Amino acid sequence: MKDFLFIFRVDYAGMGRLSAEELQNVAAAAKGWIENIAAQNKLADKGNRLIPGSGKVLRSKDIITDGPYVETKEAINGYLIIKSATIEEAVDIAKNNPLFKLNIGGSIEIREVSTI
Amino acid sequence: MKEFLFIYRRDVNNIPKGSPEEMQIETKRWMDWIGSIAAQNKLVNRGNRLEVGGKVVKGLSLVTDGPYAEIKESIGGYSIVKANTIEEACEMAKGCPVFSIGGTVEVREISVM
Amino acid sequence: MNDDKLIPHLFRTEYRKIIAVLCKTFGLEHIEIAEDIASDTFLQASETWGIKGLPDNPAAWLTTVAKNKAKNYLKHNKILLDKIMPGIKYSAPQTEETIIDLSTENIRDSQLKMMFAVCHPCIATEAQIALALRVLCGFGIDEIASAFLTNKATINKRLVRAKDKLRREKISIELPLPDEINNRLDVVLRTLYLLYNEGYYTSQNENILRRELCYEAMRLTFSLIENEQTNLPQVNALFALMSFHASRFDARMNEKGEAVLYDEQDETLWDKKLIQQGEYFLQQSSRGKQLSKYHLEAGIAYWHTYKEDTKEKWENILQLYNQLLMLEYSPVIALNRTYALSKANSIDEAIAEAEKLQLTHNHLYHTLLGELYKNKNVQKAAFHFSEALQLAKTPEDKQLIQRKIDAL
Repeated sequence: MKDFLFIFRVDYAGMGRLSAEELQNVAAAAKGWIENIAAQNKLADKGNRLIPGSGKVLRSKDIITDGPYVETKEAINGYLIIKSATIEEAVDIAKNNPLFKLNIGGSIEIREVSTI
Repeated sequence: MKEFLFIYRRDVNNIPKGSPEEMQIETKRWMDWIGSIAAQNKLVNRGNRLEVGGKVVKGLSLVTDGPYAEIKESIGGYSIVKANTIEEACEMAKGCPVFSIGGTVEVREISVM
Repeated sequence: MNDDKLIPHLFRTEYRKIIAVLCKTFGLEHIEIAEDIASDTFLQASETWGIKGLPDNPAAWLTTVAKNKAKNYLKHNKILLDKIMPGIKYSAPQTEETIIDLSTENIRDSQLKMMFAVCHPCIATEAQIALALRVLCGFGIDEIASAFLTNKATINKRLVRAKDKLRREKISIELPLPDEINNRLDVVLRTLYLLYNEGYYTSQNENILRRELCYEAMRLTFSLIENEQTNLPQVNALFALMSFHASRFDARMNEKGEAVLYDEQDETLWDKKLIQQGEYFLQQSSRGKQLSKYHLEAGIAYWHTYKEDTKEKWENILQLYNQLLMLEYSPVIALNRTYALSKANSIDEAIAEAEKLQLTHNHLYHTLLGELYKNKNVQKAAFHFSEALQLAKTPEDKQLIQRKIDAL
């Protein structure tokens, strides 16, 4: 088993267009998605959610810009670590994330955690 | 005290390769930098280093190779520190050796909810 | 929190192990691949150890990561894999796992063979030394350039040319045949000797890197002693010579960083352990029939470990210089022999001999004559010292001569 870091990116603007009801459904579905991973004993670290719009980016000790690092219009909004035998299996788990049913952009970057 | 995530990014294809002696000095600078945060009892989680490759899932049928590739820099690792304010967290991040190889540190407040 | 400190030069030490083994496995023509794998390994260390802290066994960590990277490289490079496989295909089934052998035994074996490859007679001496520093010692281009007091471009050019040569001549990493070892060893020892001298003599300025050159030369020489096939008398003699010289490291420089001449050195600063080490290996070196120049130079260095001027000491030194000159002439040896003559016989005899050398363009020649004349004829001494001052090139040499003039 290897550890894979899931890095969640969203378009905060797109998220903002969702109604309160939709947001609640997304949150519930996301919770279910994580619980399902945990039930298979594949959740290595439940990770953290990051505060939207918060943050700073340091390019050197003198160059500090406001806001999260925005790659295109998406920014990181959270991460967690799952266990799986292969990256392909990790991809399948990621695909089940409710984010992809919404059509508001966003992505999950999957990276193997160095164990050595 | 709040918790902050440090996300380290660098252009993995453009890291200057020094002599073994220089690389050892670079390694020591990293260890000393994190060591100094730990010595102030402000290190929550050392975090992880990430392997170079990866996948990005953008939709059910849209999976691309490699780390998030919209920019040259990719995430190399992360750590979690604690500080009273984001300014204080940035102050700690200023000593990060990643800048010497043209990298960046993103500092993000972790949601406690 | 792991408080362990990184062992000094760990990366440099591991670098040369990785390079030696991978070059032996892949072939010297793929030396750049080996260098890349080593660099990538250190990169991963700097990121991982920074975040996760020092592993329990850093050296083993580096070895494992390098091995994995090499295995991965082979997996994705069938051409190279096929090239290095055929030779072993018929024995037990081989995998990338067994091909990349980073065991202590194989490391030692690879490093020894690598020395013979790097010191191949087809490569120019200067390039051999640079290549030795790079692949046998793990020095960076900057470090080599600063050790040679030259620039990066020069060193790079030398290395590229040397690597080309290795490729074109298809030099393989193996020990020479038993009947060739003696001849090939000559070149290896000459390179190690020059590497040592580069650190010991070239600049009077104390520079940690220069002392490291000496230690590296000693380490490599000792690795020849550790191997049965190369543990020959001349190797022991060279190691003895290096040990005797190294014993004076601390005494040959004052607090201000100025050179202290042998006569003015505080012998309590001489390293007794290194002197004993030298004596031991000098004794070991006398077990053969062959008398190399290293035997003679080690003998001279041995007598210099006695600070007190005795007839016996200088007579021995003089005779050793006489023998050395017959093996190999050099102006410096001739001048040193003349100095020994002044101590063993008489100053007048030495002056007469010195005048015959006619090395009038050599500042050391005039320094010697000035020295010989100083209690005989102050005017002549002053003349020679001022000639020497004009001919001397480095600030350190000029400073030394100026001190002699002031003392007249």
